[in-house]
Amino acid sequence: MSTRSEGSQRRAAVVIIGAAFASIAAGTTWERTRRREVAITPLAPAVGDDDTVVARVPPRATDPAARDAERLRAQIRKAPRDLDTAVRLARLDVQAARDGADPRFLGRAEAALAPWWSEASAPPEVVLLRATIRQARHEFDAALVDLDRLVRSGGDGADQTLAPPATQAIQAQALLTRAVILGVKARYDEGLASCARLAGLASPFVRAACRAPLLGLTGRAAGGATELAGVLDQAAGPAEAAWGRAVLADLARSEGDERGAEALLRSVLALAPSDRGARAALCDLLLDAGRADEVAALVRGHEDDDGLLLRLALAEATPGQAREGAGVSARDGAAATVAARFAASRERGDAVHQREESRFALHVERDPARALRLAIANWDVQREPADARALLEAALAANHPASARPALEWLNAIGTAQTRLRALAAALDASSPRTKVDRIETGSAGFGEGSLRPRAAGVARAPGSAS
Amino acid sequence: MTRAALMAAAAGGALLVAPPVASAHKPSDSYLALDVTAGVGAARGTWDVALRDLDYVLALDRDGDGAITRRELAARAAEVRRYTLDRLAFTVSGAPARADQPCQLDVGALALTEHSDGSYVRLPLTLACPEPGPTLHIDYRLFFEVDSQHRGILRLGGPGAPATPILLDAREHQRAFTVTPGSARATASAIPTMVAAGARHIAGGLDHLLFLLALLLPVVLRPAPDDRGWRGWRGWRGWAPVAALRPALGDVARVVSAFTVAHSLTLTLAVLGLARMPARLVEPAIAASVAIAAANNLWPLFGRDRWAVAFALGLLHGFGFSSALADGGFSGAGLATALLGFNLGVELGQLVLCAAFVPLAFVARRTVAYQRVALAGGSFAALTLACVWFVERALDVRLITWSSR
Repeated sequence: MSTRSEGSQRRAAVVIIGAAFASIAAGTTWERTRRREVAITPLAPAVGDDDTVVARVPPRATDPAARDAERLRAQIRKAPRDLDTAVRLARLDVQAARDGADPRFLGRAEAALAPWWSEASAPPEVVLLRATIRQARHEFDAALVDLDRLVRSGGDGADQTLAPPATQAIQAQALLTRAVILGVKARYDEGLASCARLAGLASPFVRAACRAPLLGLTGRAAGGATELAGVLDQAAGPAEAAWGRAVLADLARSEGDERGAEALLRSVLALAPSDRGARAALCDLLLDAGRADEVAALVRGHEDDDGLLLRLALAEATPGQAREGAGVSARDGAAATVAARFAASRERGDAVHQREESRFALHVERDPARALRLAIANWDVQREPADARALLEAALAANHPASARPALEWLNAIGTAQTRLRALAAALDASSPRTKVDRIETGSAGFGEGSLRPRAAGVARAPGSAS
Repeated sequence: MTRAALMAAAAGGALLVAPPVASAHKPSDSYLALDVTAGVGAARGTWDVALRDLDYVLALDRDGDGAITRRELAARAAEVRRYTLDRLAFTVSGAPARADQPCQLDVGALALTEHSDGSYVRLPLTLACPEPGPTLHIDYRLFFEVDSQHRGILRLGGPGAPATPILLDAREHQRAFTVTPGSARATASAIPTMVAAGARHIAGGLDHLLFLLALLLPVVLRPAPDDRGWRGWRGWRGWAPVAALRPALGDVARVVSAFTVAHSLTLTLAVLGLARMPARLVEPAIAASVAIAAANNLWPLFGRDRWAVAFALGLLHGFGFSSALADGGFSGAGLATALLGFNLGVELGQLVLCAAFVPLAFVARRTVAYQRVALAGGSFAALTLACVWFVERALDVRLITWSSR
């Protein structure tokens, strides 16, 4: 009797264990199904109902450009090699990248042009867009190769590799963009020559706006400003008017006229509130004027923009600002976000923002050595007053005046009157008596790569500057 | 004419001047993190994809108002999975003669996360390859067809994995990496560490302890026939104290040995990658095993064959231990020592429990307190707790604030 009862007990046990495993399996399956249905359960603790906004994107319903782009993308999916559609989409994307401040549109434009992207002799429309995208990524040399090809295809000795030859509109744009890049590369005479070739292709206003910055960089700021101001009323539309005023503001600053520059920049923002360059320039002007408290109002609503957020971080790091007084570290507020964005940018292998990162390292993170490394690397890529300034400031803070020599030479050559730059140059000269001598020795050696490299620490340090 | 040309240029995209100003964001990236600690054949990780990018290809913002809501995202979760999974593939290769083995890639429940430039969807990944091999190949094709500058940033975690992230871009979207097995750090010095880890695991793992305790509670008693012939519900009646320590110790030895052999077996198999059981199955199963062991004290199903229960259910506990060992970051040569050390630690913990429990139980075995409170009441409490754990683990919910983990 005992044996039989034990046998039935075992059977019961087997049934129970089997049932337990079956229920585990069923429970797990049910749970998976449940998760699939309510896929977004493990979100942050629910605030409000399901209409919580999780991300902001371009509004297709109200933005005609976004809608057009969507339609063009659908067409391209069907016919990826349709040049007209691809060029139209790429133009919309490039425009979106500039307006909406999202560089991922540049990658999207490149994807639209993918069938022609790696062809040297691509259609002129494609080459122009490619140059624009490369310029935006600071690939200046590659952009110049494209632009040279476009401008050659016009006049005498036309580039036969381009078929069909670039239209006049494309050539005009190519000459203009080329002049801007040559200015950034400190090749001013070539830039001015590029502007000169706009005669017959562009309006007197465009030609003056092309020349003026280059004149400003070759000691003729006043002349350039007069010339441009004289044709300012010929600007076609608010975009050109804003452009002209932004150039005039830049010239005013290099003439030391801060008040005039501020008024001009404010008029640019009145014409084109989405002009990020002008907004950033106004922030910089205010920072220099010791009016950091006014920066926050300018940046408000534009925190998505790394460049503007950097200005806010700089304002917050300015001595005397509330944050500093409260002992808030540089890792808080705008600074934390900017630092995270720089880190994310570095992680993907980009080095587009070295000038901005150098300013951040120097004024917010207070790391002069890193700031100097970044400023030197940046000077290899671009040479504008802001690049020179980043290098001078970092070299001064890092107590390494020799590193600033190429920028000092450049400043002497362009003869700027910009107050802050002159003060910096004077401070560097004072801290490094040898600099003047070196300048004579190197003479017209130009900006050879060798002179840009930092010397081994201590070797080039001027006597007495170590204290 | 000049005006016309300029207008054409402006109309053709209003390019005009584009002074190099800092762009607002970085371009598009996705972030892949993969933990290959358990070997390249069975990795887990996460994949963060920007909502802005997903919206560009899937138009997640259905009403086009410029805001993606939870509702809009939840409605398209299946498409998000499909779109992303279609563009990521892993294979494993080992012996040269063997062709690459495609791996199974599963995505868990979507979550939201933030990166410096906005909101991302986080996809939990589970990678299961048919045969473990030393080299993992990745083929990453997300967004390249619509964004040439998109990059995948892959971080590998685990022994021998590169410290810097791996960049996957449109040109180099296929990469292979070999995870070097067993570094020197996982040798002699690892044994004491692993013994401690094993002991800690059993001491901290209330479910393992409770299972063992439930099986050990009746060792100092024997079934005593009562008026109902002790069939069915026994409750707190029907036990008689054993006369001597020797049979009790024999019972302890059988139960503990069976449990040890069973969990060592599955632990080894799991760590070597020869057997696999998903954690979401193992964890509730362990809770169920505690319930069965406790219920057996109230409703005897196995007679004196509790060692068989200890063996059968001990197999489950081995899988549970393996997840703890997987977190330690061992592989290859270091694995054997780690395994040995960890197991020794677990046995040590068990021995301490037995040494503390059995003498006490033997002394107290005749008392009502032991028979009714400790055995019956304790088993009932363990059964209740185990049922709660089971529900919690099976449904991934929290019923009580204090839990086994």
